[in-house]
Amino acid sequence: MTLSAVLIQAIPLTLLFATPFLFAALGEVFVQRSGVLNLGVEGMMLMGAFIGIYVAAPSGLNQGPIIGLLAAMLTGGIMGLAMAFVSVTLQAEQGISGIGFTLFGQGLSSLLFRIMTGGVITADKNAFPAINLPILSSLPTLGKMFFQENILVYVAFALVPISIWVLNQTKWGLQIRACGQNPAAADSMGVNVVRVRYATLIFGGIMAGVAGASLSIAATPIFQENMTAGAGFIAVALVYFGGWSPFRVMLGALLFSIANNLQIWAQLLNVKIAGSVIPPNLLIMVPYVLTIAVLVFARQRRRTEPAALTKPFQRGEN
Amino acid sequence: MKKILLFVLALVVLSAGVVSAQSSPFKVAIVMPSTINDLSWSQSMYDALTGIQTAMGGADKLEIAYTENMYDVTAAEQAVRDYADQGYNLIIAHGTQYNSFLFNVAADYPNTSFAWGTATDTGESQGLKNIFAYQANAEQGGYVEGVMAAMMSKSGTIGIVGPIPAGDALLYINGFQQGIKATKPSDTILLAYTGGFGDTTAAAQVAKTQIAAGADVLTGSAQQVVGAIDAIQTAGGLWFGTQWDQSGQWPNTVVASQAYDWKPTLTDMISKIQAGTLGGTVYTLTLENKGLIFDYGKVTIPDDVKAAADQAVADIIAGKITVEQDLATPEAVEMTPEAAAATPEATAAATAAS
Repeated sequence: MTLSAVLIQAIPLTLLFATPFLFAALGEVFVQRSGVLNLGVEGMMLMGAFIGIYVAAPSGLNQGPIIGLLAAMLTGGIMGLAMAFVSVTLQAEQGISGIGFTLFGQGLSSLLFRIMTGGVITADKNAFPAINLPILSSLPTLGKMFFQENILVYVAFALVPISIWVLNQTKWGLQIRACGQNPAAADSMGVNVVRVRYATLIFGGIMAGVAGASLSIAATPIFQENMTAGAGFIAVALVYFGGWSPFRVMLGALLFSIANNLQIWAQLLNVKIAGSVIPPNLLIMVPYVLTIAVLVFARQRRRTEPAALTKPFQRGEN
Repeated sequence: MKKILLFVLALVVLSAGVVSAQSSPFKVAIVMPSTINDLSWSQSMYDALTGIQTAMGGADKLEIAYTENMYDVTAAEQAVRDYADQGYNLIIAHGTQYNSFLFNVAADYPNTSFAWGTATDTGESQGLKNIFAYQANAEQGGYVEGVMAAMMSKSGTIGIVGPIPAGDALLYINGFQQGIKATKPSDTILLAYTGGFGDTTAAAQVAKTQIAAGADVLTGSAQQVVGAIDAIQTAGGLWFGTQWDQSGQWPNTVVASQAYDWKPTLTDMISKIQAGTLGGTVYTLTLENKGLIFDYGKVTIPDDVKAAADQAVADIIAGKITVEQDLATPEAVEMTPEAAAATPEATAAATAAS
């Protein structure tokens, strides 16, 4: 089987499974650009995944995927608001409080799953279906590779240029970046630093909720305890990986996802190096090793790191 | 008069309570790597315990305590020691990875009985007399399901979604492959591991990749498989399960599941402990002793497939077929262009047409 034949099969799944990372990481870009580190993404994703599928699924509230998605957004937004209260208003250490939110989301989503579903839930017919984009999906080869995904995949990739525009071309974007680089100066210019950081954290929470729902009511329309399995932390790593730029974050999500997909192919085809099959345990590590390797090289780009990242803002003291 | 009656009644109730409290229940605790609702390894043991509890007459006769999500072996050791301190009669360390501490703990609590699996070592060589070991010969049921899978696959490409290559999962996977090879040697087997037990997304990703490569029948092991079952259902293909009956949620996708029945094992352990023997026995679930059983969903199984499966079961029990637990290193898969070109839609259509 040739590499091109593999790639034709691998691209659609790469896009599908890059989507949760992309939603969560784009939200986190805004949060970090405003000077806050949110490590609670994982917990927010899990809560979004559970509430989303519970509201959408026939065996849950049977409200369909759109209401399910809105419920996931609301859930993530509320958790983002709570994170803002803890880390911005109460000025708790951001890394620790984020981990707290992750543990909270893991525990609560598992508990609700047990109490409310009896152990199994699938979105079934109420999941977002794959859509054949008109005209584009009928293109030979390309149509099958790029234009037969569910709606959330298109939305996630459409959000990349929108995020770039908002961050770099609008007054909001300027205020967000100012809060992340020099909150004291922003404050003296009349920017309400607390309000901006609340807004980005709520937005980041909403995006994490959507990221969870893009799994539970789209890509893998089921829920299992801790089903995100660290995806929220990968998303945070991708923000560093991409040097806080939405475009490079997207590249990172794609690289991680395609590396993961190709290592599955390497396992399926028993690919050999020097006459012996590569052990599966080594192949499974490839996407993670790759991410760490690029993170190390990305250190050179650290000048784009928001200067006030993880530093709480206290009026008149910074 | 009424008051006296009430007083007498209260006395009767109280004394009944005292009497029943005196015949204290047999206390079992289980420490497990995943959860009681994982639809696989941990649930198979937990449900066997609750089944025995019902048969024995409820929580008054058999008390069950459990600790879940003990992926961390150090935390698991703490939980096992806590249960021993609390005077539990039998403590089950439900994971092969607990070997690192179990013998030390058992030596510290010689009057408590311990059980662990997948394992065959009861510590007798170290002078320990209070450990039971248990295992499931999952390769036997795997072989039978492999025979059925090979006969029911239209595309001749079968996918296996593995967790990590170890324990009963590996036994099952090896047996499944032998069953396919014995039935249709030319079939393509697509095997990939996720590297974990609970990552449903990774399992779904492996399954979808296998489906893209032309697979119309899948199998897999560990609690993460729900992601893979859902993927093959969407593609209109078939699923073979192990460790637990998975047909409840996907009745038209799950053809058969090899389920572990630990009830006879546990019943024997409990009666041995009550008779004063605290360990020393290795239990093995096999087709012959009916510790391995098959549950079927609503998928119509052709008569010849059913007959071939029954024959395989009989041959394994009779010793005519020996299912190896280990396999040689696999050869590189050379996929035909037709198989590579097969789309999920085409696979679904082929399955629907059957």
